[in-house]
Amino acid sequence: MLAYIIRRILATVPVMAVVAVFVFALLHLSPGDPAAIIAGDTATPADIARIHQALGLDRPLYVQFASWVWQLLHGDLGISIFTNLPVTELIAQRLGPTVALTISTLVVSVSAAVPLGVLAAWKAGSWIDRAVMVFSVLGFSVPVFVLAYVLIYLFAVRADWLPVQGFAGLDRGLGPFLAHLVMPTLALAMVYTALIARMTRASMLDVLAQDYIRTAQAKGLANRQVLLGHALKNAAVPIATVIGIGVALLISGVVVTETVFAIPGLGRLTVDAILRRDYPIIQGIILIFSAAYVLINLLVDLSYTLLDPRIRY
Amino acid sequence: MSITPAAIAVAARPARRGAVWRHLRRHPTIVIGGVLLGLMALAAVFAPYLGTVDPQALSPIQRLRWPSAQHWFGTDMLGRDIYSRTIYGARVSLTVGLSVALSTTGLGLAIGLVTGFSRWADALLMRVMDGLMSIPAVLIAIALMALTRASLGNVILAITIAEVPRVSRLVRGVVLALRELPFVEAAVASGTRADRILWRHILPNTLPPLLVQATYTAASAMIIEAILSFLGAGTPPNIPSWGNIMTEGRSLFQVAYYIVLFPGAFLSATVLAINLLGDGLRDAIDPRLARRM
Repeated sequence: MLAYIIRRILATVPVMAVVAVFVFALLHLSPGDPAAIIAGDTATPADIARIHQALGLDRPLYVQFASWVWQLLHGDLGISIFTNLPVTELIAQRLGPTVALTISTLVVSVSAAVPLGVLAAWKAGSWIDRAVMVFSVLGFSVPVFVLAYVLIYLFAVRADWLPVQGFAGLDRGLGPFLAHLVMPTLALAMVYTALIARMTRASMLDVLAQDYIRTAQAKGLANRQVLLGHALKNAAVPIATVIGIGVALLISGVVVTETVFAIPGLGRLTVDAILRRDYPIIQGIILIFSAAYVLINLLVDLSYTLLDPRIRY
Repeated sequence: MSITPAAIAVAARPARRGAVWRHLRRHPTIVIGGVLLGLMALAAVFAPYLGTVDPQALSPIQRLRWPSAQHWFGTDMLGRDIYSRTIYGARVSLTVGLSVALSTTGLGLAIGLVTGFSRWADALLMRVMDGLMSIPAVLIAIALMALTRASLGNVILAITIAEVPRVSRLVRGVVLALRELPFVEAAVASGTRADRILWRHILPNTLPPLLVQATYTAASAMIIEAILSFLGAGTPPNIPSWGNIMTEGRSLFQVAYYIVLFPGAFLSATVLAINLLGDGLRDAIDPRLARRM
C-alpha cells in the first residue's frame, strides 16, 4: 500500500514536468517576438528591450530553461512584468476568494448531484429520472457566464435579495460572506452537478442490475439500506473519478465566474494579466491550477482503496 | 463532454432505411437538435438577408435603445443593432465549432493511431497528452492567446491544441480495444500488411465514436471561444461574436440586460442543439449505452 502511494506520487512528476515544459516552450515557440506582442502595438523599442530582459529572452535558450526550472524548484514563479512584484506574492494575495468559491461549489455540487443521480437511477424511466436528465443536458449547454447573468437578473436586479457582485471575506462576518458566495456558487455548480449526477445515475444503474442487489431486496432490506449501503457503495469509484476529472471544468469556470461577479481571486488576476499580457502571471497561474488538479486527482486515486476494499495495490 | 464512458463503441452495421426512421421516431432529440442547429447554420449563412443591418454600423443617436420594432434586440452603447450583431455572431461560433471539430478529429486520429500501434511513440506522446490534459482547456487557450495576436485563426488553433489530447486518448483507447478483437487477429494471421489492417480494419471502426466526440468537441469549442472573447482574449473586437457582444454589455447589465441576454440565449441554444445531436448519435451507435446515459 505504502509502495503504491509512493509510486502514485512519483507518477505525478512527469505530468507536472510536461506542464512546466509546455508553459516554458509556449513563450519561445510562439511565432514572432513574444516581447513585442506582450509590449503591445504602442510599445517603443526600449519597452521591448526591457521586456526582453525581464523575461530573460536575451540569454541562450538552455540557460533560460535551466534557470527557470531552478527557480521553479525553489518555489519562485518569476516577477510580474507589469507590477514588478513576485508572482507567488500576487497569487497568495488572491488565493482566498478562489479557494472559498471552489470549496463551496464542490460541497454544493456533490451534495446535490449524488442524491439526484441515485434517485434518477432508482426511479429509472420515471418523471424524476427524466427531470434529472433534462437538467444535466441543460447544465452542459448553458455556459457558466450566461447562467451567472440570469441569476444576477433574477436575484439581484429584479428581486434585490443578493449583492450584484463582489466578495466579502470571513472577517466581515458569516452573513455577508455567504450572501456574496450564493450566486457565484450556483452558477459554477451547474455544469459540475450535471456531470456528477449523470455519472452517478449511470454507475448506479449498472450496480442496481447486479444479482446481489436482488438478493438484498429479497432478504427484506429497506430500500434505504439497499440503495446507500449496497448500491452506492459499489457505484462509488466511477463517481469519485468524475468528481476528480470535473475539477478541470471547475477551474475553467472559476476564471469566468470571478470575472462576472468581480471577485478578486485568481481568475480575476488571470484576466487582468491577459489584458496586460503579463505572461509570467499567466505561467504561474497555469502551474498552480494544474498542480491543484493533479493533486486532487492523486487524492481521488488513493481514495479508491477506501471506497472499494477489493482494490489492493 | 468526453468523460462519458461511451468512449469505446464498435460500429453498428449500416442500418436499413426503415430502421433509421424508427430510430429517429424513438429518439426525437436527434431531430430537435438537428433542426435547431440547421436553423442556426441557415441564419449564419444568410445573415445579410435576414433583416439585418451592418453589424458594425455606429449610430450615436440611437444608443442603448430597448428592443423595439425597429431594433428587434435593441442597440448597444454605440448604437449598434444587437439583432444584426447576434445573427452575424452565429458565423463566428459555428466556424469555430466546425473548424475545431474537424482539426481535432484529424490530429487526434493521427496521434491516436500512431500511439495505438507504436509502443515508444505511445509512451512519449501519451505522457505529453497526460500533461496537457492536466491543464484546464480554457487556461491552455488563454496562455496561447496571450502570446499571439488576436485573430479568428489563432482562436481556432488555441482551442484545437487544448482539445486534441482528449480526442487522441479516445482513438488510442478504441485502437487498443480493437487490436484484441478476433477479426484483427484473423487479418494478422492471414498475412495482411500492417498498413492495410490499419486502413481497412481499424480506421473505419474508430469513426463512429469519433463522430460523437466531434459533436461534443464542437460544443465545447464554441463555449471556450465565447469564454475567451468574454475575457478579452478571443476573437478580435471588430468581429461581432457572441462572447464579444456579451463582454460589451457586461458593465451595462443592470440598465440594459438585453445586450447580454440575446447572444447568451443564442449561444446556449446552439450548444444545446449540438449536445442533443451528440447524445442522439451516441445512442444510435451504441444502443446498449442508450438505456443508461
